[in-house]
Amino acid sequence: MAGAGGGGNDVQWCFSQVKGAIDDDVAEADIISTVEFNHSGELLATGDKGGRVVIFQQELESKNQPQCRGEYNVYSTFQSHEPEFDYLKSLEIEEKINKIRWLPQKNAAQFLLSTNDKTIKLWKISERDKRPEGYNLKEEDGRYRDPTTVTTLRVPVFHPMDLMVEASPRRVFANAHTYHINSISVNSDCETYLSADDLRINLWNLEITDRSFNIVDIKPANMEELTEVITAAEFHPNQCNTFVYSSSKGTIRLCDMRASALCDQHSKLFEEPEDPSNRSFFSEIISSISDVKFSHSGRYMMTRDYLTVKIWDLNMESRPVETYQVHEYLRSKLCSLYENDCIFDKFECCWNGNDSVVMTGSYNNFFRMFDRGYRQDVTLEASRESSKPRSVLKPRKVCTGGKRKKDEISVDSLDFNKKILHTAWHPQDNIIAVATTNNLYIFQDRLTSIQ
Amino acid sequence: MSEEIEGTRPATDEATHKEQQEIDDNVISPEKAEEVKLKARYPHLGAKPGGSDLLRKRLQKGQKFFDSGDYNMAKAKVKNKQQLPAVTPAEKAEITGDHIPTPQDIPQRKPSIVASKLAG
Repeated sequence: MAGAGGGGNDVQWCFSQVKGAIDDDVAEADIISTVEFNHSGELLATGDKGGRVVIFQQELESKNQPQCRGEYNVYSTFQSHEPEFDYLKSLEIEEKINKIRWLPQKNAAQFLLSTNDKTIKLWKISERDKRPEGYNLKEEDGRYRDPTTVTTLRVPVFHPMDLMVEASPRRVFANAHTYHINSISVNSDCETYLSADDLRINLWNLEITDRSFNIVDIKPANMEELTEVITAAEFHPNQCNTFVYSSSKGTIRLCDMRASALCDQHSKLFEEPEDPSNRSFFSEIISSISDVKFSHSGRYMMTRDYLTVKIWDLNMESRPVETYQVHEYLRSKLCSLYENDCIFDKFECCWNGNDSVVMTGSYNNFFRMFDRGYRQDVTLEASRESSKPRSVLKPRKVCTGGKRKKDEISVDSLDFNKKILHTAWHPQDNIIAVATTNNLYIFQDRLTSIQ
Repeated sequence: MSEEIEGTRPATDEATHKEQQEIDDNVISPEKAEEVKLKARYPHLGAKPGGSDLLRKRLQKGQKFFDSGDYNMAKAKVKNKQQLPAVTPAEKAEITGDHIPTPQDIPQRKPSIVASKLAG
């Protein structure tokens, strides 16, 4: 079933591009920490551990190659966050970009929010392709003219110049989080956004940086009683009063901001009942939700825990409507995964444009897609070996025991240092961005000719 | 487990039932088998695994420094290593942080920001 799993049962994924260095010696700063398409899919942003943001822009489709959608090339790159030192706690504040979220486009400029552990910044990315020339008091190179030599007056005129893309920080939202920010989410009202740390969620107005409202606070009066932390939060895609947050205990709470100013009381609690006889030391750790994403429709939400992806119907709190096994074969490896800390890896997940397929990453640079309609799933690999232009990706299979077939890989041969934590799906087309440790892969479906 | 002494003992039945339960556990739940492995290696692992210890470690992530001076020295050391791979043996011998530095030891210039390789 080659290429199954993606907007129909005959989608074939092809390699399109790979960004980043080839060498195996990866500097820590080059580790990719977030990937996000903008609302049109024309721009693709990445953040890394070194606090840098790189934005790629899709080229317009060329007439010569109608089979290929446009390539993504570097549009802008800037240093978003710098390392800081918290003097009170004597701890370093990492510059690593935890999340990037785009604002819907309102004018010629593009805006995005980027955040590290403590500070959120609003960046404006604008194009400049004209330059004024013919000033009266300045020479073309900027030197000031002697005013006594000015005998005539002229009006400066705009002349075209090479395109320059400028990124400037327009707002800095700081000092609102005691704990480490894990999520930001722009409200559908395009005026506010939320930021969530381990214990609190704050609501901001995009224009106002010196004030933020606390809307969720789960910090216990006595820290000894702490049992769970907030792991992710997101606003509903079209109901501006609704947001959800997930916890390290595997629960999701849906809150309505109309109910009260402080949403400590949830409106809905989504939790799958657990069989107590199955409980083990690892149960709570692997049930911790690492990502939560609403579907584009707003009817469903998806959660990712260590071994599964779950789809929830917002109308049903008692259990998920769909559960997909990402890498169930790891259940018998939990001991070593605990020892090497891999059990704490935070995988993200994403929906395709019409909510029919979901995708998430795994180890060995594998990533998985689950087609909800056709009930098919596929495992693909992001590697330099299968990166010839337009080559179709071959489905991969992990052998769980017994005889290993040809082309299968055994669980013990998996490279747990090659993790795909961050993936993104173009909002409309079948174009995906998959981040390995320090490389960004872009795959597209092979457009089949219409008969 | 089968050493409990009870009043009325359908002994063999109970023992085999418990053994069966254990076998079932291992067969049905690889997770429990992994747990047994872990407890064998780390017998002092806390009874409440998801509880306070793990969470508190998570809340305070990051390396603790003595003060801002210690932090700046450590940062300079890392930057030096990354920027100047070919260092003379004399310089290599001096490790900042292990002795009180003199002005000569501290790098004069803040290293310039390196561009991301994704943009290359």
